Amino acid sequence: MSQYLLRRILIALPSLLGISLILFTVLALAPGDPFGELAQNPAVPPEVAAALREKFGMDDPIWERYVKWLSQMLQGNWGFSFVSRVDVDVLIMQRLPTTLLVIGSSQILALIVALPVGVYAAIRPYSLFDQVATTLAFIGFSLPTFFTGLLLILVFSISLDWLPFVYQTNIDATGFAFYWEHVKQTIMPVTVLGLFQGGVLTRFVRSAVLDVVRLDYVTTARAKGLRERVVIVKHIVRNALIPVVTLIALQMPIVFGGAVITEQIFRVPGIGSLLIDAILANDTPVIMAVTFVIACLVILFNLIADLLYGWLDPRISYR
Amino acid sequence: MNERELRGLIADVKVGSLSRRAFVRRMVALGLTAPLAAQMLTHSGVAMAQSKSMYKPTKAGGGGTLKLLWWQGPTLLNPHFAVGTKDQDGSRVFYEPLAAWDDEGFLMPVLAAEIPSLENGGVSKDGLSVTWKLKQGVKWHDGAPFTADDCIFNWKYASDPASASYTIASYKDVEVEKVDDHTIKVLFPNPTPFWADAFVGARGCLIPKHVFEPYMGDKSRDAPANLVPVGTGPYLFEEFKPGDLVRGKINPNYHEANKPYFDAIEMKGGGDAVSAARAVLQTGEYDFAWNMQVEDAILKRLEEGGKGSIHITLGGSIEHIQLNNTDPWTEVDGERSSMKTKHPALTDMAVRQALNVLVDRQAVEDHIYGRTGKATANFLNNPLRFASKKTKFELNVDKAIKLLDDAGWKPGAGGVREKDGVKLKFVYQTSINQPRQKTQAIIKQACQKAGIEIEVKAVTASVYFSSDVGNPDTYTKFYTDIQMYTTTQPQPDPGVFMNQFTSDQVATLENKWQGRNITRWQNAEYDELFLAAGSELDPVKRAAMFVKMNELVIENVVVIPVVWRGGVAAVSSKLQAPLSGWDNNTFNIKDWYRDA
Repeated sequence: MSQYLLRRILIALPSLLGISLILFTVLALAPGDPFGELAQNPAVPPEVAAALREKFGMDDPIWERYVKWLSQMLQGNWGFSFVSRVDVDVLIMQRLPTTLLVIGSSQILALIVALPVGVYAAIRPYSLFDQVATTLAFIGFSLPTFFTGLLLILVFSISLDWLPFVYQTNIDATGFAFYWEHVKQTIMPVTVLGLFQGGVLTRFVRSAVLDVVRLDYVTTARAKGLRERVVIVKHIVRNALIPVVTLIALQMPIVFGGAVITEQIFRVPGIGSLLIDAILANDTPVIMAVTFVIACLVILFNLIADLLYGWLDPRISYR
Repeated sequence: MNERELRGLIADVKVGSLSRRAFVRRMVALGLTAPLAAQMLTHSGVAMAQSKSMYKPTKAGGGGTLKLLWWQGPTLLNPHFAVGTKDQDGSRVFYEPLAAWDDEGFLMPVLAAEIPSLENGGVSKDGLSVTWKLKQGVKWHDGAPFTADDCIFNWKYASDPASASYTIASYKDVEVEKVDDHTIKVLFPNPTPFWADAFVGARGCLIPKHVFEPYMGDKSRDAPANLVPVGTGPYLFEEFKPGDLVRGKINPNYHEANKPYFDAIEMKGGGDAVSAARAVLQTGEYDFAWNMQVEDAILKRLEEGGKGSIHITLGGSIEHIQLNNTDPWTEVDGERSSMKTKHPALTDMAVRQALNVLVDRQAVEDHIYGRTGKATANFLNNPLRFASKKTKFELNVDKAIKLLDDAGWKPGAGGVREKDGVKLKFVYQTSINQPRQKTQAIIKQACQKAGIEIEVKAVTASVYFSSDVGNPDTYTKFYTDIQMYTTTQPQPDPGVFMNQFTSDQVATLENKWQGRNITRWQNAEYDELFLAAGSELDPVKRAAMFVKMNELVIENVVVIPVVWRGGVAAVSSKLQAPLSGWDNNTFNIKDWYRDA
């Protein structure tokens, strides 16, 4: 097991290296630079921008900058933002917890919705429940998150005035009120992401369960006289979950992509909105670090998925 | 308007037959900045107007939290490194300059005890120095006293090339002397008519010597106080998350009595302009939102919510069209739009004048910018109701056709006019931005009617406005016939602004396109005027020169001004927030209060 883990991590390293190399090259070749705003301001002499470029090493050849960046990164130095001049790891640590909270809750929401609905729909295929669930699932993953986000804001913030649409990290309350405010402002972004994800998952759970439900061992289980509940939970769902776990892991990049947009809409100060700001400002060190963190998270979730297989199906062993 | 007429108007103000405010507006209509107009008055012996504060609360605090929404949040809080308005606005909550510019263009003392003038001896007659008296008893947030040493330090800090501060231009050519603990003297190398630059306004904010002294020059990035401001402002620093949040609480030792009104301040960043407008105008979740780059029709609909309204402050931003004087389609020595070429069609005055009457500014104002942009004929700002007599605008396709016919541009194949094999076909570029693309469409249509073919081109803003030497699509390279963007006056004095038409500022390969004269227009009379204005100490004479320069630019159709764009803010209906077009949004945050 631990050997397997070690091997997987070792395999992940070259892919991370590749990701960073491609990202760095693309960013270096892309037009624009972080001091564009300076150049436009006649009150700032051009020498200032030139001095800064020199100071931040932006006039060196790309490969030299990459090697420098990589060696610093390996020593745990993530560099600093060209725009805010704050160390990048500080910026990311300020924002990562919020993103993980929102994405985590939305994934949990998606699972809570998708698992029972998908399983129930598959056990009674083409029933009214199945039809309705299928229709809603299609709507759920067909609507882009920026659309549902705005829709929810219009309904729940503007018309009904129930929920705030500006996410705040500092809430001026203590005890119960503090948590309540937090829940209130998290509802909409989590719902938007969760329902989108939930739609896809519902469809997937349904088809996975459908595949399993007709197999002989299920009939055997029923013939043994096991209660329906046990048959579903222990025999059907557990086996059907293997492809679902794969899907969740594979969907992680899409979730992070969706989070970038959702964070922007609701002003959630997560790494997604940090990434957008950094891209708009051509702030290379921040873009590199954020995309790198996201890449690491995606690889991590894939690893977790692989480990979950073994738990779900003991026949899978790690060697 | 010449010098004598200007003097006449000033005399009217002196005897009281013309109000100070009306005078300033007349000057603004002539293309002068309000601060320059105000300077003309004070120089001519009209008493300096101490702008009356409308501040009503009788005690500090008790106002709850002031909630501000900046859809691009401040990313750094050191005023010497704040380039965009968002950063300047954020640091202005904690830091203050000696004096600030109010909306009428008058100087308002903040950390200065009084505004220097000829009468009080602050401004020297030879224009070589200005003496500032500092306010006594001001304390930094950590309790240390504010003295002349802090001012000297700021001058050294900002003018050190190693720190690459964005304020360097205001400090690098001056010398600052300490007279006593609360008096400083700024010395200029040459007679300087516009002395209110160093220590004034957005780029004059002062940082404490005792906190920043160990971090000068190369080490400027390492100063912990870059993230934890210690200023003299009305609010004490509490929390900062770049791009997301700035938080402060009331400064109980603030140097002005009964201020500030709010117990705490919060500046939230992120999101987009439309939803920011919503949060103020429709739901009332926030008190103030900055830079509402939203179509006026949408703003009007949101205002129907009744929770707030739009405030427009007109500074010096002008959306204008530039005509290329050089040929963008011929490469000479590795450079297009080279000074060694001449544009085959656009150097013909008839073509320029025809284009000028084909730009339907009124339609652009009515259908695109609404209240947020005023149609204008002047390159320097100009509200329509005070339009200058000399420069006019109109949409007149017939006049354009006649001008072109008379100049020998005859319709050819496909209705496109041509002369000696040169076709009136122009590429018209701008940045990707919905109002700009709509403006392009309006102009293209009118040109078509007159037999001029326009090919529109839109470039991503991050490329268009970058200083990337390798990219052919930047606005400074100007590799097309026509282009359009907004240029902003960086400071209240038109001096730096008007250098964009001088011959020595031409953007070329040699200076890596860092020159500011992008149209590559050259005119000896203009150059002479500009040079003379740089050392003319009499503000009235100087103003007359700027009026003349503006007229030269307009008469020669060097640029075609389209709309004068204001700073648009969404303000809650209960909030009293004095704003200024010549200074930062938060320049007077100490005076903000909420009506009971």
